[in-house]
Amino acid sequence: MYKYDQYDQAMVDARVEDFRDQTRRRLEGKMTDDQFKPLRLKNGLYLQLHAYMLRVAIPYGTLNSRQLRKLAHIARTYDRGYGHFTTRQNLQYHWIKLEQAPDILAELAEVEMHCIQTSGESIRNISADHYAGAAADEIMDPRPWAETLRQMTTFMPEFSYLPRKFKIAVIAAKEDRAAMRWHDFGLRIVKNDAGEIGFEVYPGGGMGRTPFIAYKSSDFVPQHQIFSYLQAVLRVWNRNARRDNIHKQRMKILVHELGEEEFTRQVEEEFQHILTLGTDFPQAEYERIAAYFTPPPFETGLPDEIDRSDPDFAVWVDQQVAPHKAPGYAIANISLKPIQGIGGDMTAEQMEVVADLAERYSFDELRVAHTQNLVLPHVRKADLYAIWQALREAGLADANLDLVTDIIACPGLDYCTLANARSIPVAQKIAERFADLDRQKDLGELKIKISGCINACGHHHAGHIGILGVDRKGTENYQLLLGGSGDEETSQAKITGPGFDEAGIVDAVERAVERYREIREPGERFLDTYRRVGMDGFKEAIYG
Amino acid sequence: MKILTGNDLKTGSVVWWDGEGWSLHVEDAVDAGDRAEAIMAREEAECRVNGPYAIDGEKTAEGVRPAHIKDRIRALGPTVRPDLTLKPADPNAGNWVI
Repeated sequence: MYKYDQYDQAMVDARVEDFRDQTRRRLEGKMTDDQFKPLRLKNGLYLQLHAYMLRVAIPYGTLNSRQLRKLAHIARTYDRGYGHFTTRQNLQYHWIKLEQAPDILAELAEVEMHCIQTSGESIRNISADHYAGAAADEIMDPRPWAETLRQMTTFMPEFSYLPRKFKIAVIAAKEDRAAMRWHDFGLRIVKNDAGEIGFEVYPGGGMGRTPFIAYKSSDFVPQHQIFSYLQAVLRVWNRNARRDNIHKQRMKILVHELGEEEFTRQVEEEFQHILTLGTDFPQAEYERIAAYFTPPPFETGLPDEIDRSDPDFAVWVDQQVAPHKAPGYAIANISLKPIQGIGGDMTAEQMEVVADLAERYSFDELRVAHTQNLVLPHVRKADLYAIWQALREAGLADANLDLVTDIIACPGLDYCTLANARSIPVAQKIAERFADLDRQKDLGELKIKISGCINACGHHHAGHIGILGVDRKGTENYQLLLGGSGDEETSQAKITGPGFDEAGIVDAVERAVERYREIREPGERFLDTYRRVGMDGFKEAIYG
Repeated sequence: MKILTGNDLKTGSVVWWDGEGWSLHVEDAVDAGDRAEAIMAREEAECRVNGPYAIDGEKTAEGVRPAHIKDRIRALGPTVRPDLTLKPADPNAGNWVI
C-alpha cells in the first residue's frame, strides 16, 4: 500500500499544527463559532448530537495493522472504546472532545492518516472496490489510480471551494462492489481492443434528497488523460452550478438540468482545451505511486482445498469467503453485523484482534467495505480455520454477508444532528426478526439499507429493500422502498406507499420478504423477483 | 416553557441553561422566557456554550422534558447504548425519551 514520502508527511504534520493553533484560538475566545466551524470541518470534525464527531479518512478503504491499532488506541484513549465504520469506507468517533482533537490528529499523522477532506465542499475520500488487488475478476488493481487522483485533488486550490461535496469511486471489475454509479464521478478501468488501459466514465450520480444514477459520458478515456477529464468535469460544474441554492448545488442536479448530452458536450470541449495545457501528471509519477501497490509475494503450490470438517466453520466459509486471484488464497470477509449489535461498530479490542490477523495472515493488509464490514484480502486457504477461530472468540464470526441481516444503517437519530428518525434500532429489530441463519440462507442475497433522513448516508435508494426515516409531526415514521441496487445493474428503489411506525416497518419488511418467498422462481434473488413482477406484485402483501 | 440547550465548547457535551450556568442534566433546565435571546448571545460571546438554541419543554413530575424527540435523545444519550447515557445504571432511565 502507499507510503508517505517526506512531502506527504510534512503536509499532514503542518496541517495538524495549523489546526492546533486554530483550536487554541477558538478555546481562548479569539475566534467565533462561525469562523471556526469551516476550519474544523476541513479537518473532519463535526458537532453531532451528543459531542464532537471526528471522521477519519481511510483512502479507498485500505488499512494496515499499525493503522488499525492506532485507531483502536484512539478509541480507547480519546473516545469511549469503539469506532464506527461508515458507508464511505471511513471511520467515525462519536465522543470527541474539542480540546483533544489536535492530539488525535497528531496521533493519526504518526501512522500516515488524517481527516482532511472528510467534510465540506471538497473532493471526499475516494472509494474503491474493497476487493481491489485481490479479486479474481479485476483487470488491474484500481487503487494506484485512486491514490493518484487523491494526490492530484488534495489541497488543489481549484477544488477547495467546490459548489458542494464531490464523491469519486474507482473500480476495475465488471462486478461493481463499490456502488460506483451512485457517485458524482464513477470510474471503471477497462481495456480497449488494442489492449490499452483506460476509463469508462460515469458522472452525475448521487443519493441524497434528489437521487440520480450516473450516466456513461465516455467509453474510453486513456488512462493518463483521466486527470484532465476530471478537471473538465469539475470546471463545467463549477461554471454552471446553482450556488444560490444548497439543495441544487450537487453536480447531479446540473447534469439533470443541462441534460446528459449537453453536459457531455461541454465536458468534451473543456477536456480538449485542457489537453492542450499539458496538466496531466507525468507517467513517472504514476509509476512511482503504482509501485506501492505491487502484489504481495504470494506463495505458489499451496493447497486449494479447504478442510470443512467443522460444520460451523463450513457455514462461515460458504458465506464469508470470496475467490482470490492467486491459487491457494482467498478473501475473508469479516461481518460487523452481529444480530444484537450495531452495524459498523467495532470495539478497540476487536480492532486489535483484526489488526493481529491482518499482520499474521493477510500481508499486513485489510479493507473497509462500504457495506460497513471489514475484509482480509489475501489469506491462505489453509489459514482460514485459524482466522475463523480467532474471529469467533472476538465476536466477529457472523456468517451473514449479503444476507437479510447484513444491513447498512446510518447512525441516525441516535447520533446525528441531521437525522429525523433512528436507524440502528430498526436494523436491530429486523435482524432479530430474521436471526435464524437457515431462514436467512433460504432467502439468499437480500440487501436492506436504512437512512435516518433524506441525506441517504444509509444508501436507502440502493437497497433491495430501502428504509427512509422521516419526522411526522415530531414522531418517527419510516417509508419502505423496494428495488434499489448499487451493483453493476444499478437501480433506484421506489417508495411502496404510506409509511409505518417503528414496529410497523419491521412487520412490513417481513411481509415483503414473505411475498418474495411465495412468488420467487428458482434461482431468483429478492431483487430479481421484484424486477420481474414490479411493485404491484408486492404492494397488496405489504398493505393488505 | 422555553428551555435553552447547546454544547460545551471544550467537550462538546450537551448542556442545559439552569438559570446560572450550564448543566449536563435536563432536569436542571429552567424557563428562559423572553430572556432567551439575550442569555444565549451573552453566554456564546463568553465561550461558555457553543451553538445554543431555544426549544419547547414541559415540566413533568420527573422534571423538565424537551418537547421534540431529537432533544430528548440529546438529553439522555443514544437509545441503542444505554451504557453510554448519563444514567447507565438505571435501566428505566430512557423510558420517557421515545
